[in-house]
Amino acid sequence: MNYEQLLLDLLQNDQRYVVLTAENRASIRNLPNVIQDRFIDTGIAEQTMIGMAAGLALRGRIPIVHALAAFLTMRAFEFIRTDIGIANLPVKLIGAVPGFLSDGNGPAHQAIEDISIMRGIPGMNIFCPADEEDMLLGLQKILPYNSPFYIRYNNSKPGIKHSNFEIGKAEVLSSGEITILTYGILLNEALKAKKILESAGKSVGIVNIRTIKPFDKGTILNLCTDSKLVVTLEDHFLTGGLFSVLSELLVLENLNCKVFPLALNSWFKPAMLNDVMEFERFTGKAIADKILKEIES
Amino acid sequence: MKQTKSIKELEHISLKVREHIIKMATGGGCFLGASLSCADIIVFLYYNYLNISKDNLKDPKRDYLFLSKGHDVPALYGTLAELGILEKSRLINHLKTNDYIYWHPNVNVPGVEFHSGSLGHLLSVSMGIAYDCKLKYTDNKIVVILGDGELNEGSIWEGALVASAKKLDNLIAVVDRNKFQANLATEDLIPIEPLDKKFEAFGWNVFKCDGHDFNALENIFNTLPQGDGKPVVIIADTIRGKGLPSIESRADRWFCNFSNEEINQLLEELYSKHKTNLTSETLVVR
Repeated sequence: MNYEQLLLDLLQNDQRYVVLTAENRASIRNLPNVIQDRFIDTGIAEQTMIGMAAGLALRGRIPIVHALAAFLTMRAFEFIRTDIGIANLPVKLIGAVPGFLSDGNGPAHQAIEDISIMRGIPGMNIFCPADEEDMLLGLQKILPYNSPFYIRYNNSKPGIKHSNFEIGKAEVLSSGEITILTYGILLNEALKAKKILESAGKSVGIVNIRTIKPFDKGTILNLCTDSKLVVTLEDHFLTGGLFSVLSELLVLENLNCKVFPLALNSWFKPAMLNDVMEFERFTGKAIADKILKEIES
Repeated sequence: MKQTKSIKELEHISLKVREHIIKMATGGGCFLGASLSCADIIVFLYYNYLNISKDNLKDPKRDYLFLSKGHDVPALYGTLAELGILEKSRLINHLKTNDYIYWHPNVNVPGVEFHSGSLGHLLSVSMGIAYDCKLKYTDNKIVVILGDGELNEGSIWEGALVASAKKLDNLIAVVDRNKFQANLATEDLIPIEPLDKKFEAFGWNVFKCDGHDFNALENIFNTLPQGDGKPVVIIADTIRGKGLPSIESRADRWFCNFSNEEINQLLEELYSKHKTNLTSETLVVR
């Protein structure tokens, strides 16, 4: 099963679904021939695509819309906020190549503030799958869900076998004195960092956040109070992402715990993905080094 | 078959609607000029063209009217009140926190299909409605009213390209061509003429008419092409502030907030056409 097959199954069994794209067909090349008029390619017109999705949703459809994450969330932002957000329409926004996944494209294509701006919309939900398996598990629950959802599309190869998915529940893979909270492609790097840290005698908890909104407050707060150090690891700007979500929560709950954020402060070096991670120091090894240094300081 | 009104009846109704609009131009005010310019179009559409009534507001087979510019909503509320879709008694709640009647449309007012106010949005939203009606092979009519100033927005032209590409011939855009945007005449700021040629070049069927002449509106709407694959735009030539000579076609009478005394004089002016001596300051909101 891949993303396209998942959509195909859904579309063939439920007439409410329609697929829209602003000429971003990479993950859905074979759909037009099968679903025909329920495949709507608006061309490179993100605003019109979102407006149309709102209209279709008003008629009872569940639109699944596709565009590169940067252009979907930023070019069409006000349409998402005003037409989808205010009306709370169950449109599913699939953002391609989010975070580091835009690799060689450069800053124009880098969606590393997408979570920040999407979570500012009341009623908007956000899912950041760690890999293809995680994404498919999540989408089965999210696509029929009666609220808007932004999904950071990620079809990378799974590094682990994932557990059942529930909206608003994080996937806790382990627990320890150091807790690494992360999402998306960096989960794999976190797992590599865990091994290195363990060989240095540290116990490490790993949490795959999955839906950053709604945020699994209960689980995360428990882990924070049980940890000596909480690391937020994300391919997103420091402002407005996981670090901000956690900080807001800790302040509201009047809790004090040591938080070490690993995030981006500016646009990253455009290159092939592995080289980006090396250069920006987000590989498992670099992450482990930074955490050890933080503990020692 | 829709029961229609005679031209004389429509003229009478539109005067009543204008009274409602004028009464909203106090206690905080409203966008009076733009509401008066499209009042006749909205009256015509509801009474003689669209299948929308109190009994079918949720029926998927109903027709749709969207106000894309949004600040013309007093004209819609006045018409809905005359139709009995909106209780007339609610109109005095304009700008009150106990209701949803304010400067732009809100879906909690019966008869409002979708909110607007941010310009350039409802062309694409109505395209989504039109696309779904095509998918279901239903013959709903979908009308969206655009402001001429609103045509500055890039999303209108993006939508115009896509509507034509998707062959949405069940979609009718009406441009309320009152020749003004917020502060200036359209042609003095961002000229949009020749507007007909622009839409033609985008693949639309283009018609022009006097937006205050019910005969002309009837002729155009009753003879629109059927099923030729092209969306329709009707450029309705209108007058900003139509019906009140003291504010007609004035760049500085876009948003108006008058005293109660002035409102009473304007209500008289609507019938007598004797110009009111307006002393309330002109407001520029933008």
